[in-house]
Amino acid sequence: MDKKIRVLLAKPGLDGHDRGIKVIAAAFRDAGFEVIYTGLRQTPQMIVQAAIEEDVDAIGVSILSGAHMTLFPAILDEMKAKNAGDIILFGGGIIPDDDKEELEKLGVAKVFTPGAPTEQAIEFLKKTIADKKSDEKIM
Amino acid sequence: MFSSKFLDKLKGRLADWNKTAEKFRQKKSMPRFFTVSGVDIDELYTPLNIEKYADDEHYWNEIGLPGEYPYTRGVHHTMYRTRLWTMRQFAGMGTPSQTNERFHYILKQGGTGLSTAFDLPTLMGYDSDHPRSLGEVGKCGVAVDTLADMEIIFDGIDLAEVSTSMTINSPASMLLAMYIAVAEKKGIPSEKLRGTLQNDILKEYIAQKEFIFPPRPSIRLITDMMEYCTKKVPQWNTISISGYHIREAGATAVQELAYTLADGFQYIESAIEAGQDVDEFAPRLSFFFNAHSDFFEEIAKYRAARRIYAKRMKNKYGAKNPKSWLLRFHTQTAGCSLTAQQPENNITRTAIQALSAVLGGTQSLHTNAMDETLALPSEKAALIALRTQQVIAYETGVANTVDPLAGSYFVEALTDKMEEEAEKIFQEIEERDGVLECIEQGYFQRELAKSAYAHQTELETNERVIVGVNKYVMDGEELEIPVLRIDRAVEQEQVEFTKKIRAERDQGRAEQAMARLREVARGEGNTFEAILECSRAYCSVGEMCDILREEWGEYSESASAMQVS
Repeated sequence: MDKKIRVLLAKPGLDGHDRGIKVIAAAFRDAGFEVIYTGLRQTPQMIVQAAIEEDVDAIGVSILSGAHMTLFPAILDEMKAKNAGDIILFGGGIIPDDDKEELEKLGVAKVFTPGAPTEQAIEFLKKTIADKKSDEKIM
Repeated sequence: MFSSKFLDKLKGRLADWNKTAEKFRQKKSMPRFFTVSGVDIDELYTPLNIEKYADDEHYWNEIGLPGEYPYTRGVHHTMYRTRLWTMRQFAGMGTPSQTNERFHYILKQGGTGLSTAFDLPTLMGYDSDHPRSLGEVGKCGVAVDTLADMEIIFDGIDLAEVSTSMTINSPASMLLAMYIAVAEKKGIPSEKLRGTLQNDILKEYIAQKEFIFPPRPSIRLITDMMEYCTKKVPQWNTISISGYHIREAGATAVQELAYTLADGFQYIESAIEAGQDVDEFAPRLSFFFNAHSDFFEEIAKYRAARRIYAKRMKNKYGAKNPKSWLLRFHTQTAGCSLTAQQPENNITRTAIQALSAVLGGTQSLHTNAMDETLALPSEKAALIALRTQQVIAYETGVANTVDPLAGSYFVEALTDKMEEEAEKIFQEIEERDGVLECIEQGYFQRELAKSAYAHQTELETNERVIVGVNKYVMDGEELEIPVLRIDRAVEQEQVEFTKKIRAERDQGRAEQAMARLREVARGEGNTFEAILECSRAYCSVGEMCDILREEWGEYSESASAMQVS
């Protein structure tokens, strides 16, 4: 049997709105993922450190404060610095379309915006992780 | 209301009616008939649902007349016929001067009150140049570091005329102190200032999570401020006890009602314990509710809130001044009900929600802009939101009479139901040793997460329909709404300005004021007076909060509060 998908969920920055991330955490749990929720006000360093320690497949962050163009790149930089670039970074929040495109170009695997069903995020992770594992086998 | 002879006859007629109705029940337009909060609704309401009001005493104890105990029908005798609700649009973004511009625009367009949104660093008590503020300055509200910023925000605005609401909680004392200090510089005595401070820390622990200090010292900040305002700023609403954020975090209408009132009663008990007289401070307490999409449930919620509050204030806390019995409230339409899909539909949602607040007897109202799931509102979207209120006020006729839905079998029965359900939750909170214990044990937080997930599950299984999201979806939708962006230069500009103010102020005075704040925080005395002196001396929000962080520690959520459901 395949190993369970492990996901770290985090709230970076100062934003305290945690309704969305808790809904995602519950949906992931019910989909059979192992979920680690860090809680609020995590710095990029704290998030990446926890992801490495927990040996997760993916990091999901939720940002509703408008600081996404600062926080996502900071997490990506920290991942590079800690050689954790193989972890999938995805996220969601109040994020305008133009910013979403730019973030996905920078290396955020996927940005979900309001109204996206949790099923979309679940399918996205399953597929992305499966694709990555089959790539690794070929290599 | 109804004679027993009449009710007997009605029962007979209903039995016949039911036989015919049964034929139509074979088909259903919806799988289930329930409120947005999950309360099941009956097919029909009749005088039998409000039978108990036939009893004279019961009628006067539960419904009565507007402007009289128990205020179910409203807090004023004549309501909107004398004065319409205050149209108070929440605004704030970027630098203080940008917010000042938006305020002048709102007043010019007929807005009748101001409402200030602060950015996250301000809400969390960090200055704009703090490392944790990076990327957040001016983003979801205006940045305020020192008195100099407040002077700019309110430049050219007559503080003796306008009423100002400030959405700030952990550092609420600091921002009110700065407002008073701005007024002093303009020569306006604090006795003339009118407005509202949100200052509701309990709902921060429960829902919005913008907390700095632990609950008990936070409550001290609040009671000190209340004491000061009772004496020196008598027209100021010192706390706006807020259900809005509790609802946004996932609560049902019943949970919003019960948790909010429970928070209110906690503040009242704390002030009484601190030796204050309930009739001195209670008249300045006000509430803030959400207006969600379930039209009648919301109306019933507001009516029930007034009734529960009046009963408790009179009977449990022994308030004698009728002004202490009044639950006055502001309403904001539900941000969480807005959709990013086909966002123009949000105008319709907001209009209907606003109508429920008006029919529920609100004292002031904010209507959301259609683009708020995308970014801060653009000027056009904010204007449509204000116009929505004006259409309700002047065109629909709903303001012509007081509490027009009273006596509706359904509305009265639902009002009773809301009260009954809220009482069950009060009981549960009591069994768990009160609000502060419930916060520390994560009870509210877990209940909200459960409700939020249940709501999401209903959407994904199509048990609940949201137009444009899970029904009538348009593929390949192109957004045609302009999105407001906060220039990245705002942050740099603000950081430099604050550094300049810190360098140019009278250091001796600032140091002395801060030393006094530390001494008071550590020991006895009124923290608000010390904070006011710090504000006059141009000490920053961050400097003041740092002192209190050092003395009182910082709050973080327990593992049980972080559980997902």
